[in-house]
Amino acid sequence: MARARTLFDKIWDSHVVETQEDGTCLIYIDRHLVHEVTSPQAFEGLRVAGRKVRRPDATLAVADHNVPTTDRSAGIDDEESRIQVETLEKNCADFGVQYFGMNDVRQGIVHVIGPEQGMTQPGMTIVCGDSHTSTHGAFGALAFGIGTSEVEHVLATQTLIQRPAKNMRITVEGTPPPGVTAKDLILAIIGKIGTAGGTGHVIEYAGQAIRDLSMEGRMTICNMSIEAGARAGLIAPDEKTFEYLKGRPFAPKGAAWEQAVAYWKTLPSDEGAVYDTEVVLNAEEIVPYVTWGTSPEDALPITGFVPDPAQEPDENRREALQRAIDYMGLRGGMPLSEIKVDTVFIGSCTNSRIEDLRAAAEIARGRRVADHVRALVVPGSGLIKHQAEEEGLDRIFTEAGFEWREAGCSMCLAMNADKLRPGERSASTSNRNFEGRQGPGGRTHLVSPAMAAAAAITGHLTDVRELVKG
Amino acid sequence: MEKFREITSVAAPVPASNVDTDRIIPARFLKTIKRTGLGKHLFNDVRYNEDGSERPDFILNKEPYRNAQILVVGENFGCGSSREHAPWALTDFGIRCVIGTTFADIFYNNSFKNGLLLIKLDKEQVAKLMEDARNGHNARITVNLEKQEITRPDGEVIPFEVDPFRKHCLLEGLDDIGLTLKKEKGIGSFEERDRASHPWLYSAAS
Repeated sequence: MARARTLFDKIWDSHVVETQEDGTCLIYIDRHLVHEVTSPQAFEGLRVAGRKVRRPDATLAVADHNVPTTDRSAGIDDEESRIQVETLEKNCADFGVQYFGMNDVRQGIVHVIGPEQGMTQPGMTIVCGDSHTSTHGAFGALAFGIGTSEVEHVLATQTLIQRPAKNMRITVEGTPPPGVTAKDLILAIIGKIGTAGGTGHVIEYAGQAIRDLSMEGRMTICNMSIEAGARAGLIAPDEKTFEYLKGRPFAPKGAAWEQAVAYWKTLPSDEGAVYDTEVVLNAEEIVPYVTWGTSPEDALPITGFVPDPAQEPDENRREALQRAIDYMGLRGGMPLSEIKVDTVFIGSCTNSRIEDLRAAAEIARGRRVADHVRALVVPGSGLIKHQAEEEGLDRIFTEAGFEWREAGCSMCLAMNADKLRPGERSASTSNRNFEGRQGPGGRTHLVSPAMAAAAAITGHLTDVRELVKG
Repeated sequence: MEKFREITSVAAPVPASNVDTDRIIPARFLKTIKRTGLGKHLFNDVRYNEDGSERPDFILNKEPYRNAQILVVGENFGCGSSREHAPWALTDFGIRCVIGTTFADIFYNNSFKNGLLLIKLDKEQVAKLMEDARNGHNARITVNLEKQEITRPDGEVIPFEVDPFRKHCLLEGLDDIGLTLKKEKGIGSFEERDRASHPWLYSAAS
């Protein structure tokens, strides 16, 4: 009888073109997503070597990192950003790659539009020069971030040189309490296993709490796999996955659809498949989470307190705690719910999909953003923005005092004009609270969309459950 | 890609854990369309004050570390963003080798594509080399890739592991796209088989 295989094993095995003696493999890449920041040097490399793109039909490009989220009809003011976006446009034209321009309604964050267009499908290998490519694993696709040299390698050969990863399974059992979202689950997971916990592994998420999530929630989970050190996250495809994909522009149609679904149903891990590492959490014990420090693993329940370095016996860790607390401008031992914020950012490839905007709007409805807070809502794509407007979410936000913006990566990494000033503090639905991530000297607290909206209203980190009571 | 055979240099100690690629090169410096010139922004926000002047307490602003070709680092170095600008900034500054206990996966791959040798050792050995690095002028470390050996200032030799394929590419300065393109026939026949079994992967949007 054949060996019981995991979802990862199955996808890997079906993509190996060649295995070298030392175990290094050449694997085939089904889809390649491209954006303006990590691709110019790759296209330039092709040009210099006289090479072409092997499969333009399997490649899709979009500008997202640099684009302004304010009115774009007059183009981009910042010269370097403009050059980078124009370079992508020219490279796509020269090499025959499909490109969604800045004013195309399908434009958006690369990891939002892949699934939205139906380009992301179960069983595929998907890469992009961006670490949050792990997002696409929500569909049961092996999707991981690569550097620019690898982008060039995929453009030229449609393959990558890789070694197989180890298998990790994280099972989240039970049903989370009300007010607890996918973002809280993944922050709790990273808080538990640490920012290097998944290094060398692909994480498969399983269990009742994961199965019960919408596709949007599953994307939030897989998105932050990289924050746990894993290059990829995976969730077994099921009826929800197929339902989401059916009818989308790049999804298979007619007989091809039936054939694809039949194949997709063979992908979930076999009974008895062995994982190198197993982690189990109980969703019923999870509450809304926030980060207090400068690493995503600095995650705690909102009901908790900033760690007190004086209580830390290990000298190195005590120093690291103190450094993070100093950078963040906090006091050891203070309640997390007393931390005041200046800015709220709702957006990013982690939390900018329609479900995220609905959750934030639900909290914002009929309330006002605190006077000292600047609050931004940046939808993940032009199509999401359009849908939100159809549902009237934009009016709920603007009436509450939020700014309603155009799609892009925005304040997640502050490559455009949306950034924190030195010393400013945000509650942000993005994925990284590194020093300076949202602008030099900026301070970031990672939260769910509902928690971000709650912080905007009260002006400090807040347990969203207090706003939905009765 | 520049070949890597042997280097002898002072090593700069960077003991913090979880040094992320945003710290190595902040996002606002990624607006370039070139690979070169990023060394001046390496560790920008901890290396310079807001007015652009150097922070005297930052390790690479001190002698003899301004000319270090080796870094000895804390665990999980290079975590976060996939930006290859991180190894580009390191190599542009002059770093050829980074020694630590663990590295983030994407950073690890990116480094080898740019002639930057990453060496994983156990905690005790990294601690010894960290101590050597702190001794500055008095402590030059030699890294020989061919022999897979690090020689400490006191003559102690520490062996290290490296994938045979990565080692070969680094020693010869090989462009792996060129190598893969030699396998074009195999890629073509994979596509043929795959198209027959998974045809929907080969039809564009309708």
